[in-house]
Amino acid sequence: MEWTSYLAPLAQGAWVTAQLTVYSTILGGLFAFAFGLGKLSHNPLLKGFSVAYIEIFRGTSLLVQLFWIYFALPILGQAIGLDLRFPPVAAGVAALALNIGAYGAEVVRGAVQAVPREQYEAATALNFTGRKRLWRITLPQAIPEMMPTFGNLAVQNLKDTALVSLISLGDMAFRAEQIRNFTQDSVTVYTLVLFMYFGMALVVTACMKLLERYVGRWRAAGR
Amino acid sequence: MFFGIEWDTSSQWAFAVSIFPILLHGLVITLEATVVGFFIALALGLVLAALKSAPTRFIRWPAKLLTEFIRDTPLLIQLFFLFYVLPEFGLTLPAFLTGALALGVQYSAYTSEVYRGGLEAVASGQREAARALNLAPARTFTHIILPQAIPRIIPALGNYLVSIMKDVPVLGVVTVLEMLGVARIIGDRTGGYLIPLTMVGGIYLILTIIASLGVRYLDTHLPKRGLSLK
Repeated sequence: MEWTSYLAPLAQGAWVTAQLTVYSTILGGLFAFAFGLGKLSHNPLLKGFSVAYIEIFRGTSLLVQLFWIYFALPILGQAIGLDLRFPPVAAGVAALALNIGAYGAEVVRGAVQAVPREQYEAATALNFTGRKRLWRITLPQAIPEMMPTFGNLAVQNLKDTALVSLISLGDMAFRAEQIRNFTQDSVTVYTLVLFMYFGMALVVTACMKLLERYVGRWRAAGR
Repeated sequence: MFFGIEWDTSSQWAFAVSIFPILLHGLVITLEATVVGFFIALALGLVLAALKSAPTRFIRWPAKLLTEFIRDTPLLIQLFFLFYVLPEFGLTLPAFLTGALALGVQYSAYTSEVYRGGLEAVASGQREAARALNLAPARTFTHIILPQAIPRIIPALGNYLVSIMKDVPVLGVVTVLEMLGVARIIGDRTGGYLIPLTMVGGIYLILTIIASLGVRYLDTHLPKRGLSLK
């Protein structure tokens, strides 16, 4: 078979991979901010929960998390009388987002802590409320500092989506395996897929660079 | 039964206790794959780093592109590639070695950047001083640059060692019986995924916490101003 005949099924898989990447990166970003700020909270309950989340999802393997959500959670649900069976898409997006969110949370925490103390003191002196200080002072200065690492994490997340093929989600890695089983033409299929992932990674990197330039304007002038 | 060890399904606790030694068998494979993969990554990374600082750009640019390519493509696909493609070139390795090689290749892209970053972080004044003192380039490298670069390099490499350990479960797809694969087989045969998978998560958590403490210890206890190589 000609290698061009592989392109249609691989493109279908690429679309699934792209969707998984976008959804889980956005959801992961939300987790990153929620738990990164949660770790800095003075509320011990919120802080403890955030620290536990970050440690658990950074400390265990993504594949362990994926299998746990897909295979173990339904059994736990059965034991406590809840239906926790998720379709592969939901389990995949959840595992990817929870995993990348935990790494992102540490980035958010670091960037927020790196905002100079005087900025907080000035906001307090100007009688800003806590919420206003966060939205107007802290985040606009912290977010541009997070962006380079977020770019790396987004590419990491794209690569990690390949693992969802192991819970039989029809992404690019899954299609590649199907074509290989059918044609035994492994060299062509996997070379093609490696280059497709590389191309997608370049697109993700370019998008994150654009975003980085956009939020770069929030940096305080004169710093 | 697995690895010659029976499991006991009479109660949840008995089950957990009886499968623990089976998981430890898998853990040994996981740790072996981690160590072998890490050493391959250290060696290949050194080669990549050397190529990336070659005197001619006809070597430098392809090496940089290759690093970027390795870093931007998934471990799983690289693993399948090696697993199916190497035999076509007459090189049939056991699944374990193919897996360790895939880990090594993927992480060589990261270790090469660690080496490069560590060497470049040495203040340029150090090189100039060595030159002013008329030290030979080789001696400058081994006695001035390396001792100052190593304390920066080692903790970063330690972090990648932990990352490699967390990526070992991917090797399960080419029939390497690492810890997660063992837990899945136990789950397949008994229908009880919850306990083995949770135990694997717990074991991973303990290992990574210990490893991070080790890395932090290295980071704070390696002399910042340079290591004496004598």
